[in-house]
Amino acid sequence: MSTYSMKKIAASAAAILVIASPAIAAALKLDNAKSTVNITFKQMNVPVDAKFKKFAASIDYDSAKPEASKATVDIDVASFDLGDAEYNKEVLKKEWFNAAAFPKASFVSTSMKAGASGKLDVTGKLSIKGKTVDVSFPLSVKKEGNNQVFDGSLPIKRLTFNIGEGEWKDTGMVADEVQIKFHVVTTP
Amino acid sequence: MAATQKYSNVSIALHWLIAVLIIIAFIMGNVMVDMRMSPTKLQYFAYHKWLGVTVLGFVAVRLISRLMSKAPPYPENMGKLQTQLANGTHILLYVLMFAVPLSGYFYTLAAGYPVVYLGLFELPVLIAPNPEIKGTLKELHEILNNVMFVLVLLHIAAALKHHFYDKDGLLHRMRPGR
Repeated sequence: MSTYSMKKIAASAAAILVIASPAIAAALKLDNAKSTVNITFKQMNVPVDAKFKKFAASIDYDSAKPEASKATVDIDVASFDLGDAEYNKEVLKKEWFNAAAFPKASFVSTSMKAGASGKLDVTGKLSIKGKTVDVSFPLSVKKEGNNQVFDGSLPIKRLTFNIGEGEWKDTGMVADEVQIKFHVVTTP
Repeated sequence: MAATQKYSNVSIALHWLIAVLIIIAFIMGNVMVDMRMSPTKLQYFAYHKWLGVTVLGFVAVRLISRLMSKAPPYPENMGKLQTQLANGTHILLYVLMFAVPLSGYFYTLAAGYPVVYLGLFELPVLIAPNPEIKGTLKELHEILNNVMFVLVLLHIAAALKHHFYDKDGLLHRMRPGR
């Protein structure tokens, strides 16, 4: 076999791989710099914005078969940032996240279905502070260039997860309702 | 004897009301920053901010009332220097009565916590959260408070001196009632 035909075979093999790769690599890569997990709640009616700075997400998404999609998000609880060092230290304590015993919060999807106005209806299990709860929320999926962008928000109640025990149970002080808002950008 | 002239009733009422509010806010501010984290601490922070906003509102009204009605004259025994000192202190106190709550207001905005007055009305968010100027505004708020504390002591000491030492009836100008 001539070197010419060898090269040709190699080139076509590479071409096949390139064409095939979107189908094989269903798991998308998280773009950490562009992705955010934000939290909003009210403290004596004052809106407070916070965020988790460290998290990992693995998303299998195929626009042709959204029902086959899967998502797992792992959040580093200790990365919770309220914009104030004293508050950041406070929320890691036993009464709040108890980060020493429960360093990770996680979400694992159980099903995805096409929902209203082009969104996906996602259900899954949300675990925080050792408590796992079934949740569902609409997820919007967009394509931005080569990136796949997922946006969604999910209201939870902090007391479901025992976040804020003892004297902090008072929802007149820190409201029970907490909004989790995420913006996940993935690269192929 | 002709009755010594007094400040307007509005000015007198606001003077004492604002004085009480400032003292409560000042003590509360000093207590709350040293408290351990607790719901009570957060409550004090909220009350402190509401007090500050209340003071700011009343001071604005008081300034207008003060500019609209002439202040009663000083006793004749007061020399030029004393009069200037008194006027200077009063002007500075007015400046601080605006500057102290405003510095606190901008500090809490820079920290990312807007003020919801009485837990009901969200007040204007004039600046975005800004961790870089947060520390400076906190220090400014403290310094302005300390300057005000000294000036208030001076103000009280002067009033007492006029009353007990000079016995010139100066306090009468700010006395509630007839």
